[in-house]
Amino acid sequence: MREFNYARADSTRQAVSTHGRNDQAAYLAGGTTLLDLVKIDIMRPEQVVDINRLDLGGIETLDDGRVRIGALVTNTALARDERIQRDYAVLSEALLSGATTQLRNKATTAGNVMQRVRCPYFRDGVSSCNKREPGSGCAAIEGHNRSVHAVLGTSEHCIATHPSDMCVAMAAIGATITVEGPDGRREIDFLDFHLLPNDTPEREHNLKPGELITHVTLAAPLENSRSGYLKLRDRASYQFALASSAVIVTLDGDTIVEARVALGGVGTKPWRAFDAEKALKGQQISEATFKRAAEIALQGATPYAHNAFKIPLGQQAIVRNLTTLTA
Amino acid sequence: MSDSIIGAGPKRIDGQRKVTGEAPYAADHHPDNMAYGYGIFSTIARGTVTGLELDAARQSPGVIDIFHHGHFPELHRSPASMPQGNKVEETRLPFEDNHVHYEGQFVALVVADTFENARAAARKVVVSYQADDNAIANLDQGVKAHGTKKGGDNHERGDAAGSFDGAAHSIDVTYTTPVETHNPMEMHASVASWEGDRLTIYESSQGVVQQRGALSKIFGIPQEHIRVESPFIGSGFGSKLWMWPHAVAASAAARETGRPVQLVVPREQMFTTTGHRPETRQRMRLATDDSGRLVSLRHESINTTSFTDQYVETCGSVTKSLYSCPNLLVSHETTQVNRGTPTSMRAPGAAPGLFALESAIDEMAHEAGVDPLEFRLNNYADRDESQDLDFSSNHIREATQKAAEQFGWHDRNPEIGSMREGHEIIGYGMAACNWEAIKRECEARVSLRADGTAHVTCATQDIGTGTYTIVAQTVSDITGLPLEKITVRLGDTSYPAGPVSGGSWTTATTLPAVAAATREAIEELKGYATSKKGDFADVDSDSLTFENGQLTHDGQGVDYVDVLKGQRLASADGHAHTQGADDRYSYRSFGAHFVEVRWDPGISNLRVSRVVSAIDVGRVINSMTARNQVEGAIVMGLGMAHFEATDYDARNARPVNNNYAEYVVPVHADQPPEVDVILLDYPDLEFNEFGARGIGEIGITGMAAAVANAVYHATGKRIRDLPIFKEKLMENVPEVQSA
Repeated sequence: MREFNYARADSTRQAVSTHGRNDQAAYLAGGTTLLDLVKIDIMRPEQVVDINRLDLGGIETLDDGRVRIGALVTNTALARDERIQRDYAVLSEALLSGATTQLRNKATTAGNVMQRVRCPYFRDGVSSCNKREPGSGCAAIEGHNRSVHAVLGTSEHCIATHPSDMCVAMAAIGATITVEGPDGRREIDFLDFHLLPNDTPEREHNLKPGELITHVTLAAPLENSRSGYLKLRDRASYQFALASSAVIVTLDGDTIVEARVALGGVGTKPWRAFDAEKALKGQQISEATFKRAAEIALQGATPYAHNAFKIPLGQQAIVRNLTTLTA
Repeated sequence: MSDSIIGAGPKRIDGQRKVTGEAPYAADHHPDNMAYGYGIFSTIARGTVTGLELDAARQSPGVIDIFHHGHFPELHRSPASMPQGNKVEETRLPFEDNHVHYEGQFVALVVADTFENARAAARKVVVSYQADDNAIANLDQGVKAHGTKKGGDNHERGDAAGSFDGAAHSIDVTYTTPVETHNPMEMHASVASWEGDRLTIYESSQGVVQQRGALSKIFGIPQEHIRVESPFIGSGFGSKLWMWPHAVAASAAARETGRPVQLVVPREQMFTTTGHRPETRQRMRLATDDSGRLVSLRHESINTTSFTDQYVETCGSVTKSLYSCPNLLVSHETTQVNRGTPTSMRAPGAAPGLFALESAIDEMAHEAGVDPLEFRLNNYADRDESQDLDFSSNHIREATQKAAEQFGWHDRNPEIGSMREGHEIIGYGMAACNWEAIKRECEARVSLRADGTAHVTCATQDIGTGTYTIVAQTVSDITGLPLEKITVRLGDTSYPAGPVSGGSWTTATTLPAVAAATREAIEELKGYATSKKGDFADVDSDSLTFENGQLTHDGQGVDYVDVLKGQRLASADGHAHTQGADDRYSYRSFGAHFVEVRWDPGISNLRVSRVVSAIDVGRVINSMTARNQVEGAIVMGLGMAHFEATDYDARNARPVNNNYAEYVVPVHADQPPEVDVILLDYPDLEFNEFGARGIGEIGITGMAAAVANAVYHATGKRIRDLPIFKEKLMENVPEVQSA
């Protein structure tokens, strides 16, 4: 077999020092991305640092009302947590709409943030792919690009969607990611964490070499808010979103006081739709308002040969979600 | 026959072994000193292999040998004859030469001491190609580049063209279906080992006898020197009917290395080198008179095939006889593309063919202004006009009416988009279903043993459908022995020759042979009982009866075990060889599907919410496994309707969605909340003594059309190209300049 070094870390510091700044090293949590891609020979780490023994499995409410989630909290545990279900329904729903029970039982919070794209041209090991082999081109742009390719945030170098549902909810909620690395600890705003492909699609996130995600801290819940996640796809389960929306609203009577909207399945990163939110704030709830906001959210979208339907579908995901939440 | 066990619904006798993991599947076999093979598969779809860099792979840990076109034994092709028992779908042998005809074709095989070492070494092999830029990626490209070639099974009666012109109502429409891939849960696998010039191979196979025949031809050794075993199969759906190149590669590698070799086909290659349902384009021209009676029907289809073999998808096979029409034309043509060779997939021909026919019938009914249910009742054939024969048994009108009533068809408002509930628009659709009833020759052996058990052997297979169980039911019915006293052994060429598990013919083929062998065994037992030393020494054996395990005469019964023990005999044995169906009748199965769909235009979501199907397959042997077959086929049919398609990159003919995540089949959450299966259960005693016609395939036929027709009722959109993806139903999808 292709050999690699395996080390099990007992502390965050040990994990970081074992990993070092080695760009051929990888942290192993649930393994649902890493092991999958190692088996199909797309990721070839020389050093694997197993972090499953670290004490990062807790969920705690901070004094300022924020909720701090350990990197190793599984998707199942997070979705079923009472506080999350009560104060962040959008996050619980997003988690439960993803993957399968078996995968959610293994997959972790930090691992979900770090998951790789589903683009078949990335995964086949043969086609040109700027993520896998920078400079080789993007086979998806003129290829088959129906289900796991984006219409927002694409570049001429990469059009793969970020596949996560959880991250879309977190983008709407607002969060910070805490990392620990060779240079110590720092915090990254969730919306700055994932990078647009631009002309460096091989760079997917803002981590420096060797940095390890230790926590994701959710912004305090909006008081009196309602939230929900709506995921649209072909079959009813076990499929990545064709389009999805995470919406949080607070109302005063029929007036929208606060609105947060994020999109999945259509963007190259978890997509916060700030302009759509502005179009909602202070408005009376009405189908026309929702539709206008949805149009604004998808403004500037670039359709490709097989995924143009994601533009109206993304709009529908927003309108229906808002309609249900404000009913 | 007692009515208690035939027609009852006992659970599968092999069920416990399967759910506890005790049942051995092909790759569970690990003969001593076994090595592992791992393939290197072409990454181009057309061209030649110009070089192989093997040094790094050879030095990789555990590598035993690496086979390729320059290093592989000279073998022979199997002439692909089903009657002679040596059919293969892809006649080209692996590593025969350096030509590449499809992406995913074997170009080399690493054999190593472990699976991991074989795989790691395989990834170190560097293959260079001379790619031919003219790879044909799809049906359109094939027709444009090379045109079409005539296929078989054509039919013509009357003057279809002449009667079309000037008819009161007519339609001329074209339907297409994409490539669908079988994707059984268990991947294809071979474990081959040799002792001298004798080969034993464990295979996930739907036809051990055919595989033995093909291996005999390919390796040039007598059939008696080959044993193919396939006791359990994680399903096949047709992909395992005929042997594929991996089995030849494993067998040859085992002979050359002198070690048993296991070779499992990786999931991605389940989309390339083990068959698929081909892409089809079907032109339908129908015409009726004023009263809505069909006067002309033409069904002309083209399907894709490989550059190595011609596989014909007989889309018009049902069209020939389902409806009464004096002027009819059915034709099949093929066009070559750079894909592996297609093969039968559940209801070959009929599944894509009835999507076109039953969609077209719906369109024709609308054109003629007749309710689609009435239209069918008015036009169903009462006899097989293509063969000029009566049907042995046909209850399609009753099936259609019963299902319609249960479904509530008559409550529908035929106006498009008129039925709503909440956000959803409800649509009702229906379609007929149909499948040929086939019976083949078969041998079986039954032993009534002195330990009180019966032992049955037959070299057919149980592919998950329940064959083990219905064979045991048959023996139980005749002998009165309980199921737990009956052992059934299938899937091994050392048993009497049985049929390929396909075509829905296993029940009709196997049970009569098993019944005859059981009676033979009883006759032998009677012979022992009436011999000089027997319990009924002076009795005429014809006056003995056998019931509940006892031989009886004049109210005096002797347990058959005592008969055997009294003479120190181990068993009484019977062997039978039964023949295929005669041609006195047209033997077919019939039925109808009624489907409710719900289209939510606000989120562009289509779901199938209700299915009622009535099926006329003759007598049902096991009500539980039979229902399971139809329900499974219905779900597979709704996958065909709105999920399934193997996508190929139009630029280079490479399959794109070659995994379980992106090749979308229905999951549990897609199950309609209500699936109601009505089994009419009219014995077809002209067909065989059990009156059973087989049930594995009919359930998928017509399903995609019933869904499409319901979608039309809900949305007013006729989707003639499967699958019914949501974008085909959405408004305001921006136009994109195709690259």
